[in-house]
Amino acid sequence: MTRPLTPSQTVGPFLAIGLPWPDGPYVVDDDAPEVIGISGQVLDGAGEVVPDALIETWQAAPDGSFAHPDDPRGAGDAEFRRFGRCPTDAEGRYQIFTLRPGALPAPGGGTEAPHLDVSIFARGLLDRVVTRIYFPDEPAANAADPVLRSIDDPDRRATLIAVADQGGAPGALRFDIRLQGGRETVFFDV
Amino acid sequence: MTTHVPPALGGLALPSYPRPRGVHPPLDSPEYRSSLLRAPKRQLVPLPQGLTEVTGPLLGEERVTAADADLTGRHGGEPLGERIIVTGRVLDDGGRPVPDTLIEIWQANASGRYAHRVDDHPAPLDANFDGVGRCVTDSGGRYRFITIKPGAYPWRNHVNAWRPAHIHFSLFGRAFTQRLITQMYFPGDPLFAQDPIFNSVPDRSARERMVARFDLEVTQPDWALGYQWDIVLRGTEATVFEQEEAHR
Repeated sequence: MTRPLTPSQTVGPFLAIGLPWPDGPYVVDDDAPEVIGISGQVLDGAGEVVPDALIETWQAAPDGSFAHPDDPRGAGDAEFRRFGRCPTDAEGRYQIFTLRPGALPAPGGGTEAPHLDVSIFARGLLDRVVTRIYFPDEPAANAADPVLRSIDDPDRRATLIAVADQGGAPGALRFDIRLQGGRETVFFDV
Repeated sequence: MTTHVPPALGGLALPSYPRPRGVHPPLDSPEYRSSLLRAPKRQLVPLPQGLTEVTGPLLGEERVTAADADLTGRHGGEPLGERIIVTGRVLDDGGRPVPDTLIEIWQANASGRYAHRVDDHPAPLDANFDGVGRCVTDSGGRYRFITIKPGAYPWRNHVNAWRPAHIHFSLFGRAFTQRLITQMYFPGDPLFAQDPIFNSVPDRSARERMVARFDLEVTQPDWALGYQWDIVLRGTEATVFEQEEAHR
């Protein structure tokens, strides 16, 4: 490296003046065909809600494509943003409206099950933390996913799989993020 | 769901971004009290860099207007405080510019108060300053903001705790692996020594890379002081190999 990296710092408590976008949660319109609402709460080690966090999601399109020069398979539909961003509210809750991503060829061979990469920023986090959201109705794909397979403990693995949102719209998913504690979400070193 | 098997990568190579070591602050930094209940305690799980990680949102001009880079000109009147120009380049660790990438900034006003309902510091708000800016880097990775030097402000981390003046910077780069949110500080700030956020970065030279440089060349006579600050994002493995070769 000729240039040493710039270190990360926390977003602090006032990220809400700078980062939220009105269209951030809407990767697609909330009335788009096949739309999936994914919502959840961010919780700290005491089980308290985190009302000053920001969630960002990044994912493939339903056909498994990206629109990016570093995808050697070529570019897909650039109209689909693939990126979502939502601050948490006073109850620590976020919500993203998107489409189910396609499965992907894994770098070491095999297939990655449909997933969203997630960054979480918050006061108290000096660097972002990264997790993934997988889908509960893809048991075969999830069982073959190399990332899920790398996590031996089934309880830990389960923190990466969304659940049906009982109170939500049909097909809606819930994905809570526990920053710390007994059911701490799996976070990745990316 | 029927499992759709995508075509294999077929030996096509993806870029690889080496994991930074010893640069970023440890998540578990107890001197920063807000981290106590929020920093994960479990070891991070290594994530192989696949298609989702080596790609990322390429957000640019569609998210900004020219006015977004001037935080002093959007509210009908001049904000109070010391007008400054903050400019520099976004580079990767091989020194290559990162063009066409979105930068978002936010900051306190000259009195050390954020335009946020939760900020209860008894310092005045400024109706002519909201502290929010955006721009997109040019083809050389260069950015430029016009703003007001933010004030220091007290917080409750420890007795008589004050944050050094800083501007929050959010950067996307070109890949999910490159995403970075950080803070830019001002040279010679006497508050550095007591600030657990600044000092959460373990390496002294790394801390100094968060401090902008006063630059008389950027300074505009009779108008605004100038600061230079380059931001360096993770680069790809190929870059590192090239550099290693160059050092032999």
